[in-house]
Amino acid sequence: MPEQIFQFLVTGITVGSLYALVGLGFALIYNASDVVNFAQGEFVMLGAMSAIALLNAGLPLPLAALVATLATIGVGLLLERFAIEPAAGAPVVATIIITIGAAIFLRGVALLLWGKDFHSLPAFSGDAPLHLGSATLLPQSLWVLGGAVLLVTLVHAFLNHTLLGKALLACSFNRAAAQLVGINVRVMLRLAYGLSAGLGAIAGILIAPITFSSYEAGIMLGLKGFSAAIVGGIGNPMGAVAGGLLLGVLEALGAGLISSGYKDAIAFLFVLMVLFFEPTGLFGHKAAERV
Amino acid sequence: MRLTGFYVFAAVVALLPVLFPNNYFVTVIGASAGLHVILAVGLNLLIGYAGQISLGHAAFFGLGAYASAILTTRFAWPGLLAMAAGLLMTGLIAWLLARPILRLRGHYLAMATLGFGIIIHVILVQATRWTGGPDGLAGIPPLNLLGWSVDGDTQWYGVIMAAMLLAIWLALNIVDSRIGRALRAVRSSEFAARMMGVDTARAKTQVFVISALFAAFAGSLFAHQQAFVSPDSFNLTISVELVTMVVLGGMASTFGAACGAIALTLLHQGLVVFEDYEMLIHGALLMAVMIFMPQGLFVGLSQWVRRVWALAASHRRIS
Repeated sequence: MPEQIFQFLVTGITVGSLYALVGLGFALIYNASDVVNFAQGEFVMLGAMSAIALLNAGLPLPLAALVATLATIGVGLLLERFAIEPAAGAPVVATIIITIGAAIFLRGVALLLWGKDFHSLPAFSGDAPLHLGSATLLPQSLWVLGGAVLLVTLVHAFLNHTLLGKALLACSFNRAAAQLVGINVRVMLRLAYGLSAGLGAIAGILIAPITFSSYEAGIMLGLKGFSAAIVGGIGNPMGAVAGGLLLGVLEALGAGLISSGYKDAIAFLFVLMVLFFEPTGLFGHKAAERV
Repeated sequence: MRLTGFYVFAAVVALLPVLFPNNYFVTVIGASAGLHVILAVGLNLLIGYAGQISLGHAAFFGLGAYASAILTTRFAWPGLLAMAAGLLMTGLIAWLLARPILRLRGHYLAMATLGFGIIIHVILVQATRWTGGPDGLAGIPPLNLLGWSVDGDTQWYGVIMAAMLLAIWLALNIVDSRIGRALRAVRSSEFAARMMGVDTARAKTQVFVISALFAAFAGSLFAHQQAFVSPDSFNLTISVELVTMVVLGGMASTFGAACGAIALTLLHQGLVVFEDYEMLIHGALLMAVMIFMPQGLFVGLSQWVRRVWALAASHRRIS
C-alpha cells in the first residue's frame, strides 16, 4: 500500500504541476484585470494542438513548440484587445460570459482546423519508464515537473524583482493608483494576457505526449486551473501554484484509493468545501469588502 | 395591462399548430423551445433579477429528469407522483445548497455552481446501477395525466406549451411580488438592501430554490417526452447554453429570456447544416452580445424601437 501511495503522489504532482501552471495564468490575469479568464484552458489546448500541427508539417520539435507558444501568445493578446478591453468596467457576470464565449469560439476554431480526432506529440526523450524506488515515472513527467519549476521560478522572480513585474503587481493592488504613478495600465493588461497565454501554451506542449489533445481538451484543464486559483486564494500567484499541486495530488489519491471514475467529482467537492469554509482560499489574504 | 404580452404570447402559441397542422417545426422544435423557455425563465429569476450567476443549472434539470426516469422505470411510480417527488428532492437539494453557496459572490459563486454541476454530472455517469451510466435510461413510459396518456408530437406540444405558459405566468408574478422587489434590491446593492431591512439571504435562497424547481419541472417533462435520458443532456455545455439564453434575450426580462431561449433553439436548428461552425458562431454571438448589447438582444432592440417611436412622436408634435 505505501508503495502505491508513493506512485499516486508522483502522478499527482505531475498533473498538479500542470494545474499549477494553468492556475498561475488565471491569477496573473485576475490580478491585472479582475477578470476570471474561462478561456485559460483553451490556451493550453491551442499550444498543444498547434505544436502537433507544426510538427506534422515538418518543423523540428523545438521550433514547433516555440512557434506554437508565440502563436498562442498572439491569441491571448487578441483576446485582450477585442473581447476584454471593449468591455472594461462591465459587471462580473458579463466578463464571465465574455470569456466563456471566447473559450467556445476558440474551441470552434480548433474544431475547424484540426477536426474532432485526438492528437499526440512524441515524448521529448523517449518512452522508457524510469524507476524511482517502487514508483515508475515517464521521462515526460520530468519535463513537465522541470518546466513547471522553471516557469514558476521565472514568474516569481519577474513579479518580485523586475520593475515591469512590480508594475504588474501594483496594478493588481490598485489600478487607479498605479495609473497615477505613471504605470501604463493598458500595457500591463496586455502583458498579463500574453504571459498567461504563453504559460498555458507551454503547459499544453509539455503534457501533450502524456495525455493526448483534442479540441475539447482545454475545458477540464481550464476548470482545474480555475479551481487551483480559487483554492490558493484568487489573485495570489504562488497560492495558485500551491493550490494546483494540492488539487493534483488529491485527485490522484482519490482516483487510486476511491474510484477513478469519481476523480473529477472528488476534486470539485474539495473545491466546494474550501469555498464553503474558507472562501478566500487556503493561502489567500483576508480582505474587507468595500461597499 | 401588465399581462398583455402574456396573452399575445399565449395566442401565438395556440395558433401555430392550427395554422401549420402536423408541422415538424412547430410541434417538435416548438416543444423543445418550450422546455428551454421554462429553463431560461427560471434561470433568469436568479441571474437577471437577483444578479447571481449559476453555471450549474443543468444539474437541476438533470435531477428532475432522472428522478422521473428512475421512479417510473425502476419503481413503476405514476408519472405525476414521480414528478412531484423529483420536484421535492430537487427543491430540498437546492435549499440545502443555497445558504452556503449564495454567501459567495461573483467568481466564487461561478466556481461553486460550476463544481456542483460537474459533481452531479459525474454521479449521473458513474452511478450506473441507478442511472444506467453513460448509456442512459430508456423506456420511460408516457406521462399519464389523470387517465389521459400524452402521446404523439402534437399532444406533447400542447402539454409543454401549457407548462411553458404556466412558467411564464408564475415568473411574471414572482417578479412583481415582494420577493421580486427584494431581489431587485439585492441586485442593485446587496448592502443597501440589507440596510433597508430586506432579508437578503432569505430572498436569495427563495429565488435559488424557485429557479431549481423550474428546471426540475422542465427535466421531468423532458424525460417523459423523450422517453430516454442520458447524462449528455445535463452537462456543463448545457449549463452554459442556458446562461446564453438568458443573456441573449435580455437579463431581468421574462419575455427577453423566453425570446432568448426560442432564438437559441432555432439557431441550433438552423446551424445543423453547418455543424462544424456551430461552436464558432455560438461563441462569437455570446461575446458580441455581451460586449455590444450587455442588456441583451431583445431588451436592447425593444429599447431602441421605443426610442425611435418616442422620437417620431415628438417629431410629429413639433410639425
